[in-house]
Amino acid sequence: MSLTHYLVLAAILFAIGATTVLLRRNAIIVFMGVELMLNSTNLLLVTFSRMHGNLSGQVLAFFVMVVAAAEVVVGLAIIVTIFRTRRSASVDDVNLLKS
Amino acid sequence: MHTLISLTAPAVVPAVEPVVAADWPGADAAVLLVALPLLSAAVLLLLGRRSDRWGHWLGVLASAGSFVVGVVLLLGMLGLPAEQRVHDVHLGTWLDAGALSIDAGLRVDPLSLTFVLLVTFVGTLIHVYSVAYMEHDAARRRFFAYLNLFVAAMLLLVLADSYVLLFVGWEGVGLASYLLIGFWNHHTPYAVAAKKAFVANRVGDVGLLVAMGLMFATFGSLDFSTVHANVAQASESTLTLIGIALLVAACGKSAQFPLQSWLGDAMAGPTPVSALIHAATMVTAGVYLIVRSGVIYAGAPTAQLVVAIIGAITLLFGAVVGCAKDDIKKALAASTMSQIGYMVLAAGLGPIGYAFAIFHLVTHGFFKAGMFLGAGSVMHGMDDQVDMRRFGGLGRYMKITYFTFMAGWLAILGIPPFAGFFSKDKIIEAAFVPVDGQPWRAWVFGTIALLGAGITAFYMSRLFFMTFEGKKRWSETRDGHEQHPHESPALMWVPMAVLAVGSVALGWVLQAVGFVTWLEPSVGHAEHEEPVLGVPVLIGLTLIAVALGLALAWRRYAVSTVPVAPPVGTVLTRAARVDLYQDAVNDAVLVEPGQYLTRSLVYGDKAVVDGAVTGLARLTVGTGDLVRRAQNGFARSYAAVMVVGVVVLAVVVLAVRG
Repeated sequence: MSLTHYLVLAAILFAIGATTVLLRRNAIIVFMGVELMLNSTNLLLVTFSRMHGNLSGQVLAFFVMVVAAAEVVVGLAIIVTIFRTRRSASVDDVNLLKS
Repeated sequence: MHTLISLTAPAVVPAVEPVVAADWPGADAAVLLVALPLLSAAVLLLLGRRSDRWGHWLGVLASAGSFVVGVVLLLGMLGLPAEQRVHDVHLGTWLDAGALSIDAGLRVDPLSLTFVLLVTFVGTLIHVYSVAYMEHDAARRRFFAYLNLFVAAMLLLVLADSYVLLFVGWEGVGLASYLLIGFWNHHTPYAVAAKKAFVANRVGDVGLLVAMGLMFATFGSLDFSTVHANVAQASESTLTLIGIALLVAACGKSAQFPLQSWLGDAMAGPTPVSALIHAATMVTAGVYLIVRSGVIYAGAPTAQLVVAIIGAITLLFGAVVGCAKDDIKKALAASTMSQIGYMVLAAGLGPIGYAFAIFHLVTHGFFKAGMFLGAGSVMHGMDDQVDMRRFGGLGRYMKITYFTFMAGWLAILGIPPFAGFFSKDKIIEAAFVPVDGQPWRAWVFGTIALLGAGITAFYMSRLFFMTFEGKKRWSETRDGHEQHPHESPALMWVPMAVLAVGSVALGWVLQAVGFVTWLEPSVGHAEHEEPVLGVPVLIGLTLIAVALGLALAWRRYAVSTVPVAPPVGTVLTRAARVDLYQDAVNDAVLVEPGQYLTRSLVYGDKAVVDGAVTGLARLTVGTGDLVRRAQNGFARSYAAVMVVGVVVLAVVVLAVRG
């Protein structure tokens, strides 16, 4: 398998994730889209790391996973709180900061 | 000093240039002349109501004090030989800025002293008259403050030894006249009249400013002595320009054509003000300016000819307007315009006319002040009625006013031996003298002056007969309250009587004491020139013209009944009633375009200047509105913008690198 295959796969995954974030209203699904985009970048990091024979990229992928985990924890907590107060998990309902 | 002035001499003759004589300590007292009324005006205005009870007497005292100082100066000057009668009193440096250094100083010479005596004497009489005339006016004290200011400004004007200081007095006179014409400014037309006088005067002031600018550029100084001594070095075209600019100034102040329209409206002021403006101060200033600048005109024959032409036009203009006015004060105002026209005409004739212009100015000051005060007395007795068609037969009810007015009337007609005969007849004679060997000028100006005398006789007799002779055309009751013509109090008729004595006797007295010779140190000596017709013939012709005018007026206004409602009249009468359409012409040529200009400027200011400012503000607000739309609170749309941005960035980077 050549480098191109990995790049194309990562691009497709990123596009799916971005589309999900932009098109879906449910906050949980949006979160999943975000995770998908993070993982597509992880795939790229690992790919280039292996290609160059340099471990820095793989280390960075771990960092991304850790940050993603932390983000999920905080993010899910926020979503649950919003769901409790507003009885909805739609991101479009959360527009209170608008003037 | 007594340089011979031949009328056929080449243009640039520094002939009438006065020599400033050595020290004469007495001249220092001239400062008091201006200081006394100025101080009194300041006291009256600063103390306010506290001086209400005695303020008017302080005003009279200040004016009379100036007169006494003037008499003392006159006696002192008479003790000096003629060559030493021109004195400059140095008061100190006024402005000192680089190349420009202006000294304040007074010039005491026969010309300025003549004016001082006229202004203070007639002015004092008018002050006394006003004490009674303004008795029932709550603001009498303020009135006297303005009168004193008027006198002080006029004295400064005639005493100044430089054009700059003269200009201060010039503006002071304009200010005081504005305050006095609009004294009853709670009545809108009166306030408008005051504004009109002020604006018309401003036009003249610009002329004086231009003249001063030219003089400073040419001579580097504005002192009379420096300017007049260096006239010979200036080119004729420069002198002509200066002369014309000075004439514009004189036209504004002296109500000469085409700046005369303010004079009739100036009748809005209380009657003593009209007397002061017309007889002693204000309108005489233009004649003074021209005579004082005689040296400049000597080098500019063209400007001098224009002066004479303007004088001749105004002379006829005022006379024609005077024939049609039914308002007694406006008829008198028209006659002033015409008489000042005589003086300006005389001043435009050159050295032979200067002394006669001043001579007529002095006698006119007496008889015109007398007649204005008489008109005020009539109004006083007739409940402020000014329409002569509502008078008639008043001579029986106010004997003193009748006789004093008659003295002024005979004087202005030029009936010998009344004052006007000596002065006006001399002007007519001088007008008949060919200038620069050009007989056509003698014939044109002479005929106009002669014609003017006839018309003057007609309209002044008309005024006199309509007011004092004929059947009474007033009713016992007017506007609900009773009307009884009565003589005015002594405070009013005594000044009138004094002025009447002057109207009777001043002419031959001044003639006898050699008034023309007395003025020579200031205005120069003129050789006697023969007019194109013999002097006795001219006197005869003048008297015939006067008699014709008088007879016509007698037939139409004393013998036959004068209709109370003004008849339709001929085209000329209707035109003269509205000042020969001068106001309409001014409106069409100056006022309307001026207002159109200001309106378009206002529009331009609003559309362009304000438009730029408000447009910028609107642009900011509009852009803000547009940008605000993006902040809609939907997280997904923000994310979409970010994605689009990233994609665009990526495309751009790729495009640039590729």
